[in-house]
Amino acid sequence: MTQQETPVRKVPVACTLNGQETEFLAAPYQSLLEALREVVGLTGTKEGCNDGNCGACTVSLDGRIVDSCLVLAAEVDGKSVDTIEGMAPPHGLHPLQQAFLEEAALQCGICTPGFLVAARALLEREPHPDEHRIRLWLAGNLCRCTGYDKIVRAVQSAADKT
Amino acid sequence: MTTTADRPAQEFKVVGSRPIRHDGVDKVLGRAQYGADLKLPGLIHGAVLRSPYAHAVIKKVDVSRAEAAPGVFAAISGDDMPVTAPKMVDMVEEVTNLKWSSQRVMAHGKAVYRGHPVAAVAAVDQNTALEALKLIEVEYEPLQAVISLEDAMKPDAVIIHDDLVGDHLGEKVSPTNVAEHTRTEFGDPEAAFAEAAHVLERTYTIARAHQGYIEPHSSTAFWSPDDKLTVWTTTQAPFGVRSNVATVLKLPLSDVRVVPMEIGGGFGGKIGLYMEPLAAMLSRKSGRPVKMTMDRKSVFDATGPGPGGQVTAKIGVDKDGKIVAATADIRYMAGAYPGSSISAATAGIFACYKVPNVRIDAYDVVINMSKTAAYRAPGTPQATFASESLISELCEQIGMDPMEFHLLNAAEEGTRRPDGPVFPRIGNVACMEAIKGSDHFKSDLGESSDGKLRGRGLATGYWNGGGNRSSVTISVNDDGVVSLVEGNPDIGGTRTTIAMQAAEVFGLPAHDVHPTVVDTDSVGYNDLTAGSRTTYASGQAAIEAAKQVVEEIKKRMAMIWETEPENVEFEDSVFQNKVAPDQRLTFKEAAGKLGQTGGPVSKTGTVNVRGSGGGSFAAHLVDVEVDPETGKVQILRYTAAQDAGKAVHPSYVEGQFQGGAAQGIGWALNEEYYTSPDGVMQNSSFLDYRMPTALDLPMIDAIVVEVPNTNHPFGVRGIGETSIVPPAPAVGNAIADAIGTRLYQTPMNPSRIMEALANKRNGQNGH
Repeated sequence: MTQQETPVRKVPVACTLNGQETEFLAAPYQSLLEALREVVGLTGTKEGCNDGNCGACTVSLDGRIVDSCLVLAAEVDGKSVDTIEGMAPPHGLHPLQQAFLEEAALQCGICTPGFLVAARALLEREPHPDEHRIRLWLAGNLCRCTGYDKIVRAVQSAADKT
Repeated sequence: MTTTADRPAQEFKVVGSRPIRHDGVDKVLGRAQYGADLKLPGLIHGAVLRSPYAHAVIKKVDVSRAEAAPGVFAAISGDDMPVTAPKMVDMVEEVTNLKWSSQRVMAHGKAVYRGHPVAAVAAVDQNTALEALKLIEVEYEPLQAVISLEDAMKPDAVIIHDDLVGDHLGEKVSPTNVAEHTRTEFGDPEAAFAEAAHVLERTYTIARAHQGYIEPHSSTAFWSPDDKLTVWTTTQAPFGVRSNVATVLKLPLSDVRVVPMEIGGGFGGKIGLYMEPLAAMLSRKSGRPVKMTMDRKSVFDATGPGPGGQVTAKIGVDKDGKIVAATADIRYMAGAYPGSSISAATAGIFACYKVPNVRIDAYDVVINMSKTAAYRAPGTPQATFASESLISELCEQIGMDPMEFHLLNAAEEGTRRPDGPVFPRIGNVACMEAIKGSDHFKSDLGESSDGKLRGRGLATGYWNGGGNRSSVTISVNDDGVVSLVEGNPDIGGTRTTIAMQAAEVFGLPAHDVHPTVVDTDSVGYNDLTAGSRTTYASGQAAIEAAKQVVEEIKKRMAMIWETEPENVEFEDSVFQNKVAPDQRLTFKEAAGKLGQTGGPVSKTGTVNVRGSGGGSFAAHLVDVEVDPETGKVQILRYTAAQDAGKAVHPSYVEGQFQGGAAQGIGWALNEEYYTSPDGVMQNSSFLDYRMPTALDLPMIDAIVVEVPNTNHPFGVRGIGETSIVPPAPAVGNAIADAIGTRLYQTPMNPSRIMEALANKRNGQNGH
């Protein structure tokens, strides 16, 4: 049976998105990742695998980091979602964003939003993690360009400055 | 960390500093527009139906039911694609036949790899397109899949392409699956082996490994009613896509405009065509812009990994350990169409050494898997796994320290590379010396407290890279800032490294040069972002453009100062009249006076850089710990030394060394295509393919060696690729040091380690 034969009713979703009350309509099968990118228009959250293995689509859901490709959009009704677009203060950068720039922690940059959102959640819980803790926390985010060295250093540098 | 080896006489102000990259803020804010981020008015979404068989005759494709479904705008199959005549084109890192490029992007009559596109649809959204694929009727007649060297090369092999004419040492052969057999010979290796004090021969098997870029391919096309085609795509080669799309779709070259989106990794895998012609045909049929984005499984199934294969290598040395001869037989599986970098493998396998007598045979073999693509130093990590593992084992057998062996036999300026070219000034020895002087090399390996086994391994590597064509346009703004327009997608910071070279000429801060990557209608021709050429060759175009700008401003200053242009000097960002030295203006002051002296200043530098200037050598040192209970290998410490000539932005140079090392470690320990006998990849997800995570790796110490390149005004070498060459043998040599027996196959995963340990207990070795 195809979607065309049975028109799918879209589901209204009301959530707090990057601190703003936001409403949108999502198809019941749509992931949060797809809804953010295709419905809301926030493309900073990236799709690398769409099966929860690469972390490029990491967002914060009620303060917990999730792979947004594994969450249905309809599930975030009444919840709080924070994406890369909400990370920087107006006309500024989050200390992690600044550290990623200064430490050259990105090459192609496609994994960067996911790493930043994940690293922010780490530093919010543990302001001064050691190297092993950073590596363990970020093991769900794949980067193919950097070998992780400069990413780990950037997180350490941001932690040192806060 | 920078060594002072053969320091250049030149002093730099900008080159060698570490400014924040120009595109960095956009990328940390999530604002940078990658392929899949594109939005256009009226945009619809495409999806591809892929062959479930690795080898099958396609007897019928009927897209009519899909095309009639609500929400579907267009559907196509191989019948809709123009028939392309055979034509060989050189893509710098790979040579390809456009007929095969055309067939590869959409099967016509026969599917030759699992995931081969058979049909495509475009619909109002992604889900509708995916549902519509289910309405396409395809009748297949499955054929026996050829997925190993043995099956492909045996006398009665199933033939994949009836029309493939192999070139076997100059002889035309058909039918065959061996597209090419080449031989490189110098001296008399057999006579030298006969005289040698010690000879060792081994065969190594290297797995297919994927580039593993995190961004799946994404292409959008709009075919306008006036037959102008615009393609927005994530590619390393916008100008290559332009010419190949034009050829495949039979359009005039200049009616195709390619807009390179930000690119989320490529490593050579985003050079060839994939969905661009399909999106274009769907756009033509629908009248809408069509976006097509691959899922991860299709990226693994249907885009090019680096080739797997077998290498038999043999080396002979005299009583002092000096190499007297080396030979190799390199057999690579190209995938479903020819072209597996065997010439680069031939060039690279013994390039780090002086080899007086040599023979290298290489075979390019087609099999029923997706066509391989360039993957960072294409063909060379595989060949080097053989040569560097062989040399390490030889050193064990003759009781010679590998470092001393390398230094005794190292290629240097004037050495003839085994396939012919003679090296100019190179950094091979300097990299070895850098490792020898490192804290890591001097450190004690230490002992594990819990029964694990430790070992240390060393390996070298070489990648030549290239120069080729680039165009850069620089325009001067009234405030003395300059804009720089370039055509190379920025895959890892090259906007900044190119801008820094122009800034060096102007004596301006790096951020007073504003680089932009533009589409193929907006800048002169640029070869692709690959071959370690972007910073090296497009940097030279930027230097050329900047010098032209300086010459033009000298003329303008001469006009103002009523003197001859020859009397105007430019130094430290100041123009000065040397006959009236009080007449001086900074670059920024001069920039404000261009309007009154003839109008805006805008200059284009174009280059066709011949060769790389000797390439970039590397030496890697690694400590591992092997758990004999589980076979797991942990990387304890890793140091990568590589010659950058002159590091333009040392942080991004280090990043290339570290990233290549990480990819090579993945290839060494985990990564492979695990394939069923009928040619279906069984581990086509990131979870099962298992690339290294942050937890799998230690910090990677990067030692930037600088032996200036005589072929670049600032001494710069292309450095992007060499770093993937040494890791697999370095790790293998470290494992051998740890467990006292060798593995001759990648990946050296836990099951193979356990097997090697069991064989050792039974008194066998693995070769």
